[in-house]
Amino acid sequence: MTPDFEPVIGLEIHVQLKTRTKMFCGCELSFGAPPNTLTCPVCLGLPGALPVANARAIHFALMIGLALGCELADHSVFHRKNYFYPDLPKGYQISQYDEPLCRGGELAGVRLHRVHLEEDAAKLIHLGASGRIHGSEQSIVDFNRGGTPLVEIVTEPELRSGEHAREWLSLLRATLRSLGVSDVNMEEGSLRADANVSLRPAGSTPLGTKTELKNMNSFRFLERGVTAEIERQRAIIEGGGEVAQETLHFDPASGALTTLRSKEEAHDYRYFPEPDLVPIATTAEMLEQARAAIGELPAARAVRFERDFGLSAEMAHLLAFRSDLGDYFEAANAASAADSGHAQQLANWVSGQLVARIGEQDPATSNVTPAALATLVELVSARELTNGTAREVLDVLLQSGGDPRAIVAERGLASLSDDSELAAIVAAAIAADPDAAAKVRAGNAKAIAALIGPVMRETRGRADGSEVTKLIREQLGV
Amino acid sequence: MSGLIDLSASQAAAAIKRGEVDPGALFDLYRQRAATDSLNAYTWVAEQAPKAPPQPSLGGVPLAVKDLFCTEGVPSQSGSRILEGYRPPYTATVVERLAQAGAPLLGKTNQDEFAMGSSNENSAFGPVLNPWDRARVPGGSSGGSAAAVAAGLAPWAIGTDTGGSIRQPAALCGIVGLKPTYGAVSRYGMIAFASSLDQAGPLTRDVSDAALLLSHMVGERDPLDATSLDFPEPIAMPSRRTLAGIRLGVPSELTGEGIEPGVLGAFQATLELARQLGATVESCALPHAPHALAAYYVLAPAECSSNLARFDGVRYGYRAADPDDLLSMYERTRHDGFGVEVRRRVMLGTYVLSSGYYEAYYGRAQRVRTKIAADFAAAFERFDFVVMPTSPCVAFELGSKLADPYAMYLNDFLSVPASLAGIPALSIPNGLASPPGGGTPLPVGFQLAGPAFSESQMLDVAFALEQALGFDGRAVRS
Amino acid sequence: MIDRDTVLHVARLARLELTDGEVERMVGELGGVLEHIETIAQLDLDGVPPTTHVVEVANALREDEPRASLSRQQALAGAPAVADEGFAVPSPQA
Ligand SMILES: [Zn+2]
Repeated sequence: MTPDFEPVIGLEIHVQLKTRTKMFCGCELSFGAPPNTLTCPVCLGLPGALPVANARAIHFALMIGLALGCELADHSVFHRKNYFYPDLPKGYQISQYDEPLCRGGELAGVRLHRVHLEEDAAKLIHLGASGRIHGSEQSIVDFNRGGTPLVEIVTEPELRSGEHAREWLSLLRATLRSLGVSDVNMEEGSLRADANVSLRPAGSTPLGTKTELKNMNSFRFLERGVTAEIERQRAIIEGGGEVAQETLHFDPASGALTTLRSKEEAHDYRYFPEPDLVPIATTAEMLEQARAAIGELPAARAVRFERDFGLSAEMAHLLAFRSDLGDYFEAANAASAADSGHAQQLANWVSGQLVARIGEQDPATSNVTPAALATLVELVSARELTNGTAREVLDVLLQSGGDPRAIVAERGLASLSDDSELAAIVAAAIAADPDAAAKVRAGNAKAIAALIGPVMRETRGRADGSEVTKLIREQLGV
Repeated sequence: MSGLIDLSASQAAAAIKRGEVDPGALFDLYRQRAATDSLNAYTWVAEQAPKAPPQPSLGGVPLAVKDLFCTEGVPSQSGSRILEGYRPPYTATVVERLAQAGAPLLGKTNQDEFAMGSSNENSAFGPVLNPWDRARVPGGSSGGSAAAVAAGLAPWAIGTDTGGSIRQPAALCGIVGLKPTYGAVSRYGMIAFASSLDQAGPLTRDVSDAALLLSHMVGERDPLDATSLDFPEPIAMPSRRTLAGIRLGVPSELTGEGIEPGVLGAFQATLELARQLGATVESCALPHAPHALAAYYVLAPAECSSNLARFDGVRYGYRAADPDDLLSMYERTRHDGFGVEVRRRVMLGTYVLSSGYYEAYYGRAQRVRTKIAADFAAAFERFDFVVMPTSPCVAFELGSKLADPYAMYLNDFLSVPASLAGIPALSIPNGLASPPGGGTPLPVGFQLAGPAFSESQMLDVAFALEQALGFDGRAVRS
Repeated sequence: MIDRDTVLHVARLARLELTDGEVERMVGELGGVLEHIETIAQLDLDGVPPTTHVVEVANALREDEPRASLSRQQALAGAPAVADEGFAVPSPQA
């Protein structure tokens, strides 16, 4: 990035709510049900059918608004957004326009513009060229997904890079997951993000022409897509060109950005208040229920982790905003002996070794129970296991589960720290390399490495490094 | 046989309960008459009586239902080619309620396409003829229901009223038509024209029948229609013989210019009769009523342009053959599937909602609507009911108003004010008048409009007038 | 005032094909109707709130409880074109 221009990025996020039924009808929500088996007159847009709003969807939206510090409207209205598309059964989407449920709000220093409720479109499957969007003759519509409650969250253009966008979105996901209002799964489409990207001269206020990026269905693609678009715009501007306002599709395979919807005329959605629905009047009771349903939010949890477990701010934040890790950490901590003082180590093991092995997977779904991890940390702490062998035990646990003590016993991995066996191995190593022994005796501290190495090899990592060093020094009398 | 035809629906229901009339024979009689209908009032007639619920309170008196009510497995086409042969998988709430109450479905009646029209000439299934003069229109859009009841092809019927579509054809056919308070009758399953105005109501031979039918259409709100309302109390059967203590307001704006002399003459005579019955009759003001028609022809087309977007050839109904692409499928399907008047209103509605025009048209029309409702509210502080003619003219000749859309729209100027205010309004036949050029005298309608939920009192007043008027419609039932 | 281009633009928004003759007629007819409608422009409506619903009710929500869905056969029964257990349409990107 040349210092002359700064990127300005806003996100428009769609979150499928985890209600039992759709936004405006009683059809159940089910990911992966056979096509067109979850429809009714309402969500098929049959003549004469009328929408009735789902109370729980509104409850969830209020929870989101409260959690993000939004201003909640006491009067809110649904509008019709009119356009034709085969995945839109009524020829309009019921959405919110100038009277949304929530305005403002903030998360991790990024302000929010608005949060509103709407209904999802159906799924359009393009036949002919499997999975590709272009070049197919016929498409098939599956209305199972049509009418799923969606919350749209729009940020102010305050993100500064692809990486920032990815990090912020994962904080948002953690917050939403902790509320229990959505599966927030990008791969399955329950969390979707579009990005508006523009560049402006550094330090200036007016925004440049923005482009809209669609279809970034993973955190990695979001970062890569936004980064690629920033570079593309920078090249255009530096080449003396002008950025065109358009919608772009990011192809993660090639990294290419291609224009979408170039064939369509400018949109004119002809919004007007949905006459089939009455306004939402947020009552004190609805607010109270939403407030009561909100558990501990990630930001508050991070503060608690710092305060109660003595974690560093960074570690506390990491665990709190990935609520699955936070939950796992707390479970492991609860399984530890009281006042064991292992919280810091547990946090390191969860966020370090465990995450390195399972990535984005929820550790609660792995073979390692929180109690097993707690035991493992206790063994290390009591010097019954070295860090190295503990990592081996963790691999075994991930493979096939079980109790760490049993694995240690079965595989003979216990530390040799107090063993005469270790003393014998040390003695043998000294005897095998008299040169090194002499150098150590003569005060060359570095030479001790030549003696430690063979001991560690012989013990296959079961010996603690510092214990070995201590024994060598004792036996050499230094 | 002719004796049965002379029974009103309430009389027939009572006779069935006394065991004097067999409901099966009654159904067969009307089925025969409907099946040999030469007015083109029906688009479908039942083969046989559906299985009756045990001891229904309406006894099994068959019901003619306007085509636009969805009836499971039975053609429900809303008078449109785009829905030709469409058989919905569900039944409208009000039809279901009436069937449960003992008014089985006799047949579906012809109508203006999607209820847009005042002459029933806009049906894809041909015009309906007025039984009083077959060269003339029955009014619209519930023309089939009105003609069927007037001609004794049905004991009673239901229709829908958006800007006068029950009251005006009732007036032109010499029967009773009631548009209830907006929200009193569920709209679920009614193929929508303009959602904020559409309301179902009875078309009957007399006021008692209207009260009886209405009493089973209203009641507890329908959970499937968010805009439906609990009716505050059961509908009382009318019995009033005098109008002592009743205050009638006569709005000067709706009782002067633009009304045929014969219609005005009948209106003045009925006012005199009301005075004789003990009513006080004074003039009142509805200052914004002259603007009602303009507001209506913004709001109704705007809503219809959106409501009719679902007719896109994807999920049901007509699709143009061999389209080149998606756009041509949409455009040709909707061109070929919709008639001239529907296309005109879709265009008008799309235009007034389009970018840059919303506030000038739709926004202003909504404000005019507020003013009109306020005018009525002010009038009801001094008067029990506001009265005016239902239609400015008697039945006109087929084809005579097709050349000029606005001339046709002018038929609605006395009925749309109550529609915009959402208040109940009733038309009763108050005599015959010759059309301007001379000729056979034709029915005239007298309209009462009252405060929301005043249906019982309004029917009671109409009953007293009806008894005193002694209108005789037997001539066209032979 | 309504002209030919406006009619064509609006017809595209409404997804209505119109023949040349129909476009001409529509220009005249819409223009005529709008002339009458525009009388509301003369009214003083400052400070008058718009009426969307004559019904003064809010919320009217449904509980998040499932109702039976249609079978696929019922859902597809009226479809003009069916393929692969779904509603077939010309591809939007074709
Ligand atoms: Zn549904």
